[in-house]
Amino acid sequence: MRLRAEPPVVGAVAAGGALGATARYGAGLLWPTPHGAFPWTTFTVNVTGCALLGVLMVLLTERSTEWSTAVPHPLLRPFLGTGFCGGFTTFSTYGLETERLLSGGDPTRGLLYLGGTVVTALAAVLAGVTAARAVRARTGRGRVGRA
Amino acid sequence: MNWLLVVAGGAVGAPLRYLADRAARARFGPGFPWGTFLVNVAGSFLLGLLTGVASVHVHLLLGTGLCGALTTYSTFSYETLKLYEDGEKGYAVRNVAASLAAGLGAVWLGVRAAGLL
Repeated sequence: MRLRAEPPVVGAVAAGGALGATARYGAGLLWPTPHGAFPWTTFTVNVTGCALLGVLMVLLTERSTEWSTAVPHPLLRPFLGTGFCGGFTTFSTYGLETERLLSGGDPTRGLLYLGGTVVTALAAVLAGVTAARAVRARTGRGRVGRA
Repeated sequence: MNWLLVVAGGAVGAPLRYLADRAARARFGPGFPWGTFLVNVAGSFLLGLLTGVASVHVHLLLGTGLCGALTTYSTFSYETLKLYEDGEKGYAVRNVAASLAAGLGAVWLGVRAAGLL
């Protein structure tokens, strides 16, 4: 496999990442987390981004050719998925916030945040994938029925 | 100014993650999502290190922007779900356990290293 990266793809990832990071920064300004509190903003950002990526990946990568020949633009996945969702959600801030809670004298809240995020994020990505597949299946049948 | 720093950091962090993921796929194959795992651990360490830096501007550029976009929760979750769906349940569980343990360990190391500097 060649490692040569196509400049348009890298550019789409950069643009999406900049947009996603900015949206996350904006969310933090709107809903700042008080010192020692449960980090609801990062939690919500991560869970929302997971649900969105779940929907996107079904729409962009799971094309069923029997009902649709429309192929999504090749830069949509790098821009929206790898770029926006990837830049919007964050693992490092989640890790640092967990560490701060654990070593800041509130291990219960720290463990709740650590486990609560991973469980809710996985449920969100599953919900996004499942919902998108259900909508797609219904639309697909509808189109076949009309054909 | 603050927004531009986040934009700049995000515009570098996300493509770095993409390129690291491609390099990891070429090196280790498609089985375990090493690329996402490695950028999440590296970004967590760097964010821990940044606790030793006082400048708000550096935090916005390298913390919120670069580390935030370099690391990802959505791809981590999606790849875990895909491993599970593809019948690689052991890999899915190990991806979660290893990412949490190594990510948290990396933050802890970064924070301690920043304290020593």
